[in-house]
Amino acid sequence: MWFWRSDRSHESRIPEGLWVKCAGCKETLYHKELEHHLHVCPRCGFHHRIAARTRLGQLFDGGSYKELFSKIFSTDPLEFVDNKPYADRLQGLFERGLRDDAVVVALGRIGGVKAIVGAMEYGFMGGSMGSAVGEKLTRAIERSVKLRLPLVIVSCSGGARMQEGVLSLMQMAKISAALARLHKARLPYISVLTDPTTGGVTASYSMLGDINIGEPGALIGFAGPRVIEQTIRQKLPEGFQRSEFLLEHGLLDLVVPRRELKDTLARCLGLLL
Amino acid sequence: MAGTPTPPFLAPIEELRRQLQAAEERPDSASRAQAARLRRELERELRAVMSNLTPWQQCQLARHPERPYALDFIKGLFTDWVELHGDRGFGDDPAMVAGLARFDGEPVAVIGHQKGRDTRDRLYRNFGQPRPEGYRKALRILQLAEKFGRPVVSFVDTPGAFPGIDAEERGQAEAIAHNLRVMAALEVPIVVVVTGEGGSGGALGIGVGDRVLMMQHATYSVISPEGCAAILWKDQTQVPRAAEALRLTANHLKALGVADEIVPEPPGGAHLDPAQAIRSVGVVLRKALGELRKVRRDELPRRRQAKLRALGKYSER
Ligand SMILES: [Zn+2]
Repeated sequence: MWFWRSDRSHESRIPEGLWVKCAGCKETLYHKELEHHLHVCPRCGFHHRIAARTRLGQLFDGGSYKELFSKIFSTDPLEFVDNKPYADRLQGLFERGLRDDAVVVALGRIGGVKAIVGAMEYGFMGGSMGSAVGEKLTRAIERSVKLRLPLVIVSCSGGARMQEGVLSLMQMAKISAALARLHKARLPYISVLTDPTTGGVTASYSMLGDINIGEPGALIGFAGPRVIEQTIRQKLPEGFQRSEFLLEHGLLDLVVPRRELKDTLARCLGLLL
Repeated sequence: MAGTPTPPFLAPIEELRRQLQAAEERPDSASRAQAARLRRELERELRAVMSNLTPWQQCQLARHPERPYALDFIKGLFTDWVELHGDRGFGDDPAMVAGLARFDGEPVAVIGHQKGRDTRDRLYRNFGQPRPEGYRKALRILQLAEKFGRPVVSFVDTPGAFPGIDAEERGQAEAIAHNLRVMAALEVPIVVVVTGEGGSGGALGIGVGDRVLMMQHATYSVISPEGCAAILWKDQTQVPRAAEALRLTANHLKALGVADEIVPEPPGGAHLDPAQAIRSVGVVLRKALGELRKVRRDELPRRRQAKLRALGKYSER
């Protein structure tokens, strides 16, 4: 079981103000300085969550890229109503200019290597995966196969989107099936797991990279920590389900600080292509 | 959680069945007349209850502790069953069964979640919640099936993959993800039968197939109604509302294109006549396997992937 928490979905978006409080060391940082360090705290190294386009800008050469499949948006197939109708929630996000659902797909060059990158958007309903995310990532994979380009997916998601019920669950199978085609085409796929990557996203494409890379300190797991605590009725150990824990348990190839991510991707892609 | 007592809405049916059974055991003519009356009453009651099932009641039926489980289907429908054990890396997971058998004389591979019957057995089977080694055992049998060209039958019935420290340490997410990719590309037929609870990723981890059959009272959902109610309303009295909102019944799943066919259950549910329920599954399984055997080996994954490709609803603005 996994979920996103609506009350948290925007907490890590950088405020407009000049000063930001670091969630890692509680120091007050100058926003420009944080940005200069790719939103990694220069004092404590805490990796702040970043928006999808910020990520794409960091990874692609010269910060330039071409967006793909940007017209795909979620619908409300179940007519799901919680505190408000899901359809209204979607409409509200759309009107606020959040029109990418929870993933932005783009084409560009990483250290000279042409690649397709999907970057997930935590600010859109906790980066949750519904049919729109499923369709955009499936098309991204298919485009990779068609153009014979490597694929990178940067995950940042609480998992499957509850409001689309079992159709969200089925996106796991749909994307994994597309990855089977990429696998067969012998094209590289690098998965980058950032804070947080949990639930159905981890249990499908995020763990299926030829190379799986975690960002330092990222929460990565199948079940959420709260669910596990409730199940086993005990406190979880320090560092549990963090990138370094996964590396230690053989589930990640690398834990790479953000400032080295682009170079690492370029080097790995170069070695696989 | 499995192992709950009879749900309240089924209590009148259970009581009538008890009375009927008692009357049938007495030889006198008065008792025979009483039995006939009780039988009619039971039929009426069954119709009344079953024709107005709420989604939450469906969930309770899907979790009924006397429903047939994977090993019951295997015993009832297959011959020459050889259960195989272990993932070759860590251990053997009793929450997942896997092996080889014959169906109508033809060799097949079988995988499935397994729940326990009594308290000790339920604990042993971890309430049907597999750990990574369970998914990896299933994977091993899937690949064995492909190597020897055997069709696969997968029985799905789990509250979910186990959310525990050890499961995370050994890569629960990776184990499920790997199965999804392999099942999507497997070059032998896969028939999935959702027999009880289709509990999210834990169900899907052995649930990718050419045909997805769902028993009439089975459910399939991205999250349990309890989990959903806890997140959305922080209130367990909202569980029935969550069950409704999630559209998790067999009829919904068919309408959404996830289930291909619904297998009818005996009146009142599979637990009232497991033998009949097992036979009904056998009939649909026979048809599905018969059709899939005619499909060319390399054509199977292509068709399966095309089906998966079509799942989901979105707009293009
Ligand atoms: Zn800091």
